[in-house]
Amino acid sequence: MLQAIADIVRLDGAEKHFGAVRALNGVDFHVGAGECVGLVGHNGAGKSTLMHMVAGTLRPDGGQIAVRGNAEASYSVARALELGIRCVFQELSLCPNLSVAENTRINHPALAGFGWRRKAADLIQTKLDEIFPDHGISADDVAGDLSIGRRQMVEVARAFTLTREPLHLVILDEPTSSLDAHTAGQLLAFVRRFVTSGGSCILISHVLGEVLQNADRIVVMRDGKVVAADAAGAFDRDKLVAAMGGAEGHQKAAAETTKTEVGALRVRARPARQQDGKELVARAGEIIGLAGLAGHGQTDLLLAIFSAASRAKAGVEVTAPVALVAGDRQADGIFAQWSIAQNIGIRSLQRLRNGLLISPQREAEFADFWKKKIGIRTPDMNNNIFSLSGGNQQKALFARALGSDAEIVLMDDPMRGVDIGTKLEVYDLVREEAAKGRTFLWYTTETEELDNCDQVYVFKNGRIVANLGRDELTEEKIIQSSFGDAA
Amino acid sequence: MASVRMLFEKPWLWSFVGALLVWAATVSFTGGYGAGGMVTAALSLAVFTVIVGVGQMFVITLGPGNVDLSLPANIGLASAVAMKVMGGSDSMILVGLLAALACGAAIGAINYLLIWALRIPPIIATLSASFIIQSVDISYGRGLQIKPPPGFADFTNWQVLGIPALAILTVLFTIGAALALQRMIYGRSVLAIGQNIRAAWLAGVHVGRIRFLTYTLCGALGGIDGALLAGYFRGANVDIGNEYLLASIAVVVIGGTSVAGGKANVPGVWGAGLFLVLLLTMLNTFGVSAGVRLVLTGLIIVGVITAAGGEKAVR
Amino acid sequence: MTAIVPGTVPKSSPRGSGARARMLRSLLPALSLALVLIAIAWLNPRAISYFGFNLMLNLAIPIALATIAQMFVIAGNELDLSIGTFVGFVGCVTATWLRDAPLIGVAVLLGSIGVYALLGALIHLRNLPSIVVTLGMSFVWQGLAILILPKPGGKAPDWLLAIMSFKPPYIPFPILAALIIAAVVHFGLMRTSYGVILRGSGGNAAALRRAGWSLLRTKIVLFALTGLFGVLSGMALIGITTSADANIGNGYTLLSIAGVILGGGEFVGGRVSPIGAVIGALTLALAASPLLTFMHIPPDWQVAANGAILIIVLAARVLISRRER
Repeated sequence: MLQAIADIVRLDGAEKHFGAVRALNGVDFHVGAGECVGLVGHNGAGKSTLMHMVAGTLRPDGGQIAVRGNAEASYSVARALELGIRCVFQELSLCPNLSVAENTRINHPALAGFGWRRKAADLIQTKLDEIFPDHGISADDVAGDLSIGRRQMVEVARAFTLTREPLHLVILDEPTSSLDAHTAGQLLAFVRRFVTSGGSCILISHVLGEVLQNADRIVVMRDGKVVAADAAGAFDRDKLVAAMGGAEGHQKAAAETTKTEVGALRVRARPARQQDGKELVARAGEIIGLAGLAGHGQTDLLLAIFSAASRAKAGVEVTAPVALVAGDRQADGIFAQWSIAQNIGIRSLQRLRNGLLISPQREAEFADFWKKKIGIRTPDMNNNIFSLSGGNQQKALFARALGSDAEIVLMDDPMRGVDIGTKLEVYDLVREEAAKGRTFLWYTTETEELDNCDQVYVFKNGRIVANLGRDELTEEKIIQSSFGDAA
Repeated sequence: MASVRMLFEKPWLWSFVGALLVWAATVSFTGGYGAGGMVTAALSLAVFTVIVGVGQMFVITLGPGNVDLSLPANIGLASAVAMKVMGGSDSMILVGLLAALACGAAIGAINYLLIWALRIPPIIATLSASFIIQSVDISYGRGLQIKPPPGFADFTNWQVLGIPALAILTVLFTIGAALALQRMIYGRSVLAIGQNIRAAWLAGVHVGRIRFLTYTLCGALGGIDGALLAGYFRGANVDIGNEYLLASIAVVVIGGTSVAGGKANVPGVWGAGLFLVLLLTMLNTFGVSAGVRLVLTGLIIVGVITAAGGEKAVR
Repeated sequence: MTAIVPGTVPKSSPRGSGARARMLRSLLPALSLALVLIAIAWLNPRAISYFGFNLMLNLAIPIALATIAQMFVIAGNELDLSIGTFVGFVGCVTATWLRDAPLIGVAVLLGSIGVYALLGALIHLRNLPSIVVTLGMSFVWQGLAILILPKPGGKAPDWLLAIMSFKPPYIPFPILAALIIAAVVHFGLMRTSYGVILRGSGGNAAALRRAGWSLLRTKIVLFALTGLFGVLSGMALIGITTSADANIGNGYTLLSIAGVILGGGEFVGGRVSPIGAVIGALTLALAASPLLTFMHIPPDWQVAANGAILIIVLAARVLISRRER
């Protein structure tokens, strides 16, 4: 059989921009029939964007997509389903108010008419039995009542149910993230059976062992590009880690000599799920890094510290005012209706008052001071915050926190999707402020940012698993700890 | 040209333009007769809508789902409380006003207590509260035919050079409200919460305290409105506040405040209040029936929100 | 499967404590209705009779229908503040045109359902807050009602009067009607395959869109159903009161919302229950007048009873979910 025809999906030169950020930068990618392709890469490497394109939920800005050798001009979710391409998305897409059987019905227009409930229940029950023999889920269970692991099982099983539409390719985006080892094993074994019987699969996972053992071919992505692609046998753990992290290495930022004097205690915090005695300690003048894969409890700990500043909380000790720089700007940071100046001033209104009223003059001075200090590129600080580029919006959020009275600044992966120029400016500012005695707790998914830190805590599954001093810090070590499946 | 652009950038100006047009249409219909008297009447009636409208505006600005449905019951009860405390005696006017204010504020505080303690949407909390307040009012105000003290009735109907004194005071009050909204920490906090409650919390805004204050403030304004209404119409009555549920929300929406929260406008409340009253006057002058009046009012509200459109759902 | 001892192995318990809390909560409406009934029986045993129920539940049918109407929009995460005046409008049409010119009457009522469908489309397409749109519509319906019937009056069509004064053997008509309403709507919304899609649109609209369903269509259908049941409610009301008044339905907006919440519905997330809504409506109808008269509570406090029941039930809910956490 010709290779070109055997391809279920082929993307050529796929590109995608989100504002100034290039999420995908000319990616060639294909999946053959009866093949399981493993897709690995760090957070933000472009894996999810690529998969949304294959599933039809995102349109590429450039490049071509072909299914079974036919170029698809107007590709969409509906078209993808028609062609037998399905995706289990990372964010759960069950309706929490519906039962398992009813959720199955949503994905199958054919499940209608007399006796559809029975048919839907049988369909999902059979598939669950096939994949997870001892699943303990009933088709009548309401999805919202199931544990997150069981919801994930339902979602995976639902993707493999078959009625009218064909089924050729299933994309599994972190399918085992909420499953225990036993269930994950069942799922992966099923995936192998599915592939052996001629189906295709794309497996995205941060557990490298899973990918190495189950994929036929592995594609490694980094910075929106495919950096390595080869048969699974050609890789081993170390090679994958090296490909993901950039083996060329990088020199550390000129390390200012390690601080000798010990500052006053600012934060002492233990994650809620921590079982051993490990805890995070931060002192005045320190920059503390929180590392590990995205969503492994770093943000939760930052939020716990934030709320502990205003109300006492068990396991968290905070001794100074706290400000937070949000990473998810839209959801946690920006006030969309307001000007840049108002967005910066909100955390410092007490000091901008003149008697009872906020002084417009002081507010303007405050905004102008930070415009110069942090280099916000705008003709007028009274313009709406959205007139700024993403990086400058982020600078405004930094200005909000640094301009406040807070001695402790929490940073929730704030450099996500920010251009390198802005990053470097902010790094300098953070070091400068730390030298003046401020404490920074810096959660980041970009490993090179950790070079700015005095101490790094690596998180996995909501716990601190490693505590690396400045000298012992290497990217290898962080990746080893965060991908600790084999350890 | 620039002024035209400003008009488009400030949608609340439309409510004043609308009010002006309606007034002009009526005056031209009557051939100029009663032009001034119409303005006087419109001002004195609009006052009551504006006072509760400002309270409702602050509540709605708190963001999707925030609305005070207990205002009519609140107004009714406060009017009875005020009249009873005043007891027809001029010396008790101030005490009566304070009693109405306290009564309203207490209702607002209870509203927030229900929202907070039962973790229920404000709509259902203020609804349940309004059922109970209504009963309290019916029971308390039973057979209550107490007239306002003559001094109070005169005061609420007092005019200075054809301008109702109450309207002047209300203008002063709304200037204060506008300052509070734009220039005080309280107002900034309300706006921040309405735009993004989570971001507001993370930016150090005292979310719980501000929401409590806002519901209490709205209740207090309802209370004072009840007392003034009883004075103006010379007597308290259970149904005195009934029309202010819809009217208070309507003036907020027509006045350019966003029902999605985070964007409020005080002058717009005045414009919308005048617009609604003048519209009523115009339709009356044209001899249009009550039914047509209501239909037109409704269509205007739907039209305004459709034109403003494109915002997040209120819940 | 091995039996699971409650509370010992939470990790492997298939349905978490959420299910237990949900079951308790779903029993709450029935429980509150039972409590109200017991109170009546205790205070006045004679009320628990065929005649007694007919009397006490006199207005339960229109209230239940209006509650069901409200439930449909709530299932789609919207709210209808105009249902009360709409019921009044339908009442006026029923007492005039439907009797004098049935064809026009039917056309007007069908047209009004069409208006509801259009409102659904408008709200979806322009992404409008339903509270404000329906608030505006409440003026419109009231105005139309006054135009049709400026003074209280009119007369219900004879066939409607005959239906509403139907006296079936053994079971009082209001109870029979409530059972039928609950069963029909439960089947339609909870059992049919499209009912799943309607509820799913309130539960996770994004997932529904991803699976290729039209959210415009679900919204239109939900609003049209609200219109349909609003029409039924107005007609039933006039069948009982025999004549109409433009303000006759005004209280139904708040009653219907209260009924849905009392019946275990939630404002967001597509979690509604037709059976619960009907029970909630019955509870409100019962609690509103006769019970309190028996309890020597003056009629002044009857409205408060509705508010108090709402608050008590909501507080009970909070207690249940707290304990189960």
